[in-house]
Amino acid sequence: MSDLNFDYALLIPEFILVGTAILIIMADLFRKELGLGRLVLPAIAALGTIAAGAASLAYIDDVDDFANVIAIDNYTTFFRVLFTVVLLVVVVSGYEYVERNIRHTGEFYALLLLSTVGAIYMAGARELLTAYISIELLSFSLYVAVSLAKTNPRSAEAGLKYVLLGGVASAMLLYGMSLIYGTAGSTQYSEIAAAFSGGTSEYGFALLLGLVLLIAGLGFKASAVPFHMWTPDAYEGAPLPITAYLSATSKAATFALLLRIFAGPLLPVIDQWQWMMATIAVMTMVGGNLIALQQTNIKRLLAYSSIGQVGYMLMAITTISDASASALLVHVAGYLITNLAVFSAVIAFHNRTGKEELDDFAGLAETNPYLAMVLTAGMFSLAGMPLLAGFVTKFILFQAAASGGYLWLATVAVIASTISLYYYLQVIRRMYLLEPARGESGRWRLSPAGYIATGTLTAGVFLVGIYAGPLFTVADRAARVLALS
Amino acid sequence: MLTLFLLLPLGGAAMLAVTPNERKEEARWIALVFSSLAFAVSAVIFVRFMLELNSDAGVEGYLFIDRFAWINARDAGFDVQYFLGVDGLSAPMVLLTGLLSLVAVLISWRIELRVREYFIWLLVLETAVAGVFMSLDLIQFFLFWELELLPMYMLISIWGSGRKEYSAMKFLLFTIAGSAFMLLAFLVLGLSADSFDIEVLTANPPAETIVPLSLLFWGVMAAFLVKLPVFPVHTWLPDAHTDAPTAVSVLLAGVLLKMGGYGILRIALPVLPGEARDFRYVLAAIAAVSVVYGAVLTLRQTDLKRLVAYSSVSHMGYVLLGVATMGAVGMSGAALQMFTHGTITGLLFIMVGLVYDRTHTREIPEMSGLMHRMPVIGAVMLIAGLASLGLPALSGFVAEVTIFLGAIAEHPAATIAAVFGVVLAAGYILWAVERVFMGPPSDRWAHLDDATGWWERLAMGGMVLSIVAVGIFPRILTDAVESGIAPIAAIVGAA
Repeated sequence: MSDLNFDYALLIPEFILVGTAILIIMADLFRKELGLGRLVLPAIAALGTIAAGAASLAYIDDVDDFANVIAIDNYTTFFRVLFTVVLLVVVVSGYEYVERNIRHTGEFYALLLLSTVGAIYMAGARELLTAYISIELLSFSLYVAVSLAKTNPRSAEAGLKYVLLGGVASAMLLYGMSLIYGTAGSTQYSEIAAAFSGGTSEYGFALLLGLVLLIAGLGFKASAVPFHMWTPDAYEGAPLPITAYLSATSKAATFALLLRIFAGPLLPVIDQWQWMMATIAVMTMVGGNLIALQQTNIKRLLAYSSIGQVGYMLMAITTISDASASALLVHVAGYLITNLAVFSAVIAFHNRTGKEELDDFAGLAETNPYLAMVLTAGMFSLAGMPLLAGFVTKFILFQAAASGGYLWLATVAVIASTISLYYYLQVIRRMYLLEPARGESGRWRLSPAGYIATGTLTAGVFLVGIYAGPLFTVADRAARVLALS
Repeated sequence: MLTLFLLLPLGGAAMLAVTPNERKEEARWIALVFSSLAFAVSAVIFVRFMLELNSDAGVEGYLFIDRFAWINARDAGFDVQYFLGVDGLSAPMVLLTGLLSLVAVLISWRIELRVREYFIWLLVLETAVAGVFMSLDLIQFFLFWELELLPMYMLISIWGSGRKEYSAMKFLLFTIAGSAFMLLAFLVLGLSADSFDIEVLTANPPAETIVPLSLLFWGVMAAFLVKLPVFPVHTWLPDAHTDAPTAVSVLLAGVLLKMGGYGILRIALPVLPGEARDFRYVLAAIAAVSVVYGAVLTLRQTDLKRLVAYSSVSHMGYVLLGVATMGAVGMSGAALQMFTHGTITGLLFIMVGLVYDRTHTREIPEMSGLMHRMPVIGAVMLIAGLASLGLPALSGFVAEVTIFLGAIAEHPAATIAAVFGVVLAAGYILWAVERVFMGPPSDRWAHLDDATGWWERLAMGGMVLSIVAVGIFPRILTDAVESGIAPIAAIVGAA
């Protein structure tokens, strides 16, 4: 630690987020005394998020690695912007839901803000312990947030399940990290890479065990098969905005971390983990998409669909290269936009009807054609249909895998993605082909916030689908930081 | 020019999307105006192409090219372009798409259920199909190929009849299973050639890829053979046709099946010429089986629409037979057959639809002597039927004779089987017409009207005109088709 003159200004976005979180908790405490309206908390959260996002945009191309602990570079900035956008969307499209179904709204927003800080540092971490702490910051916020729904007894159950299994996963992760530290002699990514590139034959089993535990722990966080058991239950029990957040930020942050680790310190030992990654990717793609076929609840369906998507992303880690890293970033961004569009629509639907079974979507095309259109675009994008984001990003991802010499993996992915179309169609079929339930055939409208959120995101889905060039350029610049050949 | 053709139906769809639901009449007119404009553009494209072809310079490569980089990722090792162009192979198909889409709008005039949505999907379908015929980039081709699924699924499953949802899903699953293999093959091709550009790929067919070329060939063919369709992957077709609304049947038979044949000629043959030659006997065998098996099944149908649907399987067998010759004559015949089958079978489906609108049954045994009640429909049905069985002076004859001429030397056995298919065709067409239209008039059908709506007459008239015109003066088409086939035949011949 020779030089402590870091460029602290680079951390301003996170300061803003944390500051906003504290402000919200204070405002919530003195809500009655100050006579604050119910819109104040989400408004503060949204403003803080926008400020943080704007501040991160100011630091494009600025780099500081804070003595190899946290790197603020284009890669981190990419995810910073992504996560603040997700947070903004969740706040805007979810505030009505939160108002109605959440017991402690102040905590809700504060936890979301804090978990976003954790997510950003997961993307920026260049040191194992920092990475671990960031993961726990994200996870702990979410453990609480999952169980915040006051009306749903399943919420508490989901929270407990998530905590218990998450704790086990964290333990595995930490043990794995300690074994890697033991073999490499350092927790800093750069030094681990240096240690491993000198040859690893003498580490033998310890390194392998470390890798297995690391992958298992992170696989849990990413909900890869076979570590996915908590996902459907947590998704189903959690308040809808949290489900959206779980499927978006939580996943993307894990992949930001995975990519940083496996493209950096663990790249020299690629021979020892590549096959594990490939196996898990296949199991996740096939498992997630097959189990999704039998779901009857929209949250559980989306949970398994997101597991399937994780499988595609793991494929990019397996075939790690310059091309697949930027492809992964593109896909993550496209997936976030699409998934949030779907979830915003589901939240809007729930606000109106309070229901979330697939059969409740019957006849939506008649009662609210706009929302049916949004859901259709989102579902087809997730399935990878052309002119929508999912097609382009998946295509780039599969292309990267095939060119990385993993054509068989891309084949599995294409087949899995073909299967997925079937269950997405089940939702669309209900909306367009079935009659609405009796007594519910009247037209209804969304709230203005609902229109803004779903409209913007759907436009994004089409924009990325039709002209992905800019996104690709940005992702490419972010991925270049990883300096893969 | 080509982009304009793609954008017109989309513009119509967008305009319909903001039209109020109750305005059914306006919705119809919007759809009609935009599809007429698109047809006009396609006609201009075709005429200008023919003028260019007959000029002194002739046509080299593609015309009316619209091109720009779409997903530019040269660093990551690939580019996707927006690359449209037509040659002698695609220009007739574009014209066909314009014509049949207009006809489809006309014969949907009496749709009353969710009119606005119906026409939105119909117009999106037109764009998707036209995009397939114009795309010169593999990924763009695939994109339009997939885009067509969604409108088809909706059109069949909402506005269809009978087991509509089952049929729509079956159509979707068959197609998408085939196109999954196609996408993988495209990826491999693109990677080994470092380009998805069809022009580049045909100029330098890849000699070696990371998977055996024969596997690639069948991967690409999987999608095209399902779409065509041929035995044994044809089973989705009768279901989809029978349960689809009339206009969708017309488009399905008229242009969607052609995407399969077009894909084989545009991509499978010139990009993988060696493999295509190696497997030409397999293809010819599949073709012969399809022709005969399809015809025999057709004979056994009692549902008028199903009968026409099965006859498509038989007729598409001719296309594959023409392709399997790997020679210029046979392939030109295949391309001609695609156009003529599009108009003929399209017309047959229109007639079946008009009959059904009036009788509300498609069971042949229930009908009799309809000619007394609807002479116009009966006469047009007869013309379409005669064209379908290959009567000289109608367009079907030109195409089939060209195919047989090209195929007899290369595949004598398959050709003889296919000619036998023509005999069967005469049987099922004439027998069906006889049972439905001839015979004593029955009291049950005494109240029926003839085709009186202006839209019905316009649709029928346009189709009959195109059938007779091509039959009497085939040069309208053959010149174009030959100019398009020549380079492909040269590539395949050299392999």
